[in-house]
Amino acid sequence: MTILVPVKRVVDPYAKVRPLGDGSGIDTTGVKFEINPFDEIAVEEAVRLREKNPAIQIVVVSIGGAECEEQLRKALAMGADKAILIETSHVYDSLGIAKELEAVVASVQPSVVLMGKQATDDDCNQAGQMLAARLDWPQACFASKVELGAEKATVSREADLGVETVEMPLPCVITTDLRLNEPRFVALPGIIKARSKPLERIAPKTTSAPKTRTVKMESPSARSAGRKVASVEELVAELKNRGALST
Amino acid sequence: MSKIVGVAFSPSDVAGIQSFAAALGVPFDVIQIVGSPVLDAGAGTVFAAQLSDLSPADGIASGVHQAASGYSHIVAVSSMASKDVLARLAGLLDCAMVTDVIAAQSTTVFQRPVVAGTIIQTVEVLAEPVVLTFRPAGFPKQAPAGQSAVAPFSVPASKVTITQAAHKTGGRPDLTQASVVVSGGRPLKDAASFESIIGGLADALGGAAGATRAAVDSGIAANELQVGQTGKIVAPDLYIAAGISGSTQHMAGIKDSKLIVAINKDPDAPIFEVADLGLVADLYEAIPAIRALLGK
Repeated sequence: MTILVPVKRVVDPYAKVRPLGDGSGIDTTGVKFEINPFDEIAVEEAVRLREKNPAIQIVVVSIGGAECEEQLRKALAMGADKAILIETSHVYDSLGIAKELEAVVASVQPSVVLMGKQATDDDCNQAGQMLAARLDWPQACFASKVELGAEKATVSREADLGVETVEMPLPCVITTDLRLNEPRFVALPGIIKARSKPLERIAPKTTSAPKTRTVKMESPSARSAGRKVASVEELVAELKNRGALST
Repeated sequence: MSKIVGVAFSPSDVAGIQSFAAALGVPFDVIQIVGSPVLDAGAGTVFAAQLSDLSPADGIASGVHQAASGYSHIVAVSSMASKDVLARLAGLLDCAMVTDVIAAQSTTVFQRPVVAGTIIQTVEVLAEPVVLTFRPAGFPKQAPAGQSAVAPFSVPASKVTITQAAHKTGGRPDLTQASVVVSGGRPLKDAASFESIIGGLADALGGAAGATRAAVDSGIAANELQVGQTGKIVAPDLYIAAGISGSTQHMAGIKDSKLIVAINKDPDAPIFEVADLGLVADLYEAIPAIRALLGK
């Protein structure tokens, strides 16, 4: 059984980033790049599933420039068996990513695609569902627990009202939420050791033009600071003045 | 010729769809999945499935796909359910999707937050139809209007079986719809303190309780109470942040609130830079004192 885990290279989610002066994109000068945290959770989950079932093979895939090798190597160091880099400078929207992944699925033939629910750079939350639609596979998004049988997956997922549990036949797409697991720390020797694992570079299969275009990136209008009140009494009086305590 | 169909995952979404359609100046129909059809929001037709609970995403997406021809925009209020279904729908329609729209400049140019709300992206949709989710806080509420026609809507079978449904805990309003939200962070120590202090004030104000990621991670609060970039996005009339320092990720979830009140022991907490009213105090003393003053 193969689990395919797509990983995206994103700006460090804890770094403070700004738009470029001309609004054409995000200024990444001096900013570190990481595996999208939700994708890292997906890699970790795949490794844990393999700990229970050694027959599982884990393939990680990334789409982008040669620099994405850094994130793929980290995923290999965490325990993935093989990496694929779709090396391209093409600009994709989520639909384009889903189409590229569809082609990878056709060649890798995974039973499960396990991926982050959203990337922390574009915050889209789209690609997993789009891929599932294109494959006509069932999906379970925002997973907080995953159990994998020979023919079905049981997933607890974070819905609006709380956690629900679903069952679906394989093959399927599962997207990860924050509390599925805590990814392991990989020390430098592990990353160096992972250099001997296979990393295949391939060309993109699709070159469809994106259906959206970024017009501009800008800083949001800042919320201005209000004022500090001196006491609970003053706070409650001020809330009453502003009509904020109508209930 | 533009025409919107809004997918309502709860009855209260219908008013949000009305607001969004008004902002675009485009007529609209509604596909309402759960509950009795809402017919006074100015929709042409409400296609109502009248389910008692949400069914899995793949079935709903197929049903909307079959009904979507003739519409330029397929839209929904941002929620876990709408992102689950509408992104799948965009895959079926082979069309673009824009997530979490906060403003519309035209029927094809939208603004949305990226990188935890630290940057606003203006995005142009280059082909119709387009699928999008929007945050209702950015679109002014409209008055009840007209009497919509009602028609049935059937949700096709799913490959997914819900074996255990999500149950709403307690009687508090939904976080994303409450007019008052009281949130707590790590200083709450444990689940019992969270419930009595944060939950207690929320109940006194008729509001919802929320939490930071740190509070949820440490088991103080339930997952679905997390407010922030990767949790719920809220925009209540009053947001009270107690023992919350104000990380970028948390701020991404609250900055559209009308009035933000921060209560924190640390006078240098970043939350004070954005709060309308700040009180430097220990929440264990301040919150009971607030309740005493309110007589609740």
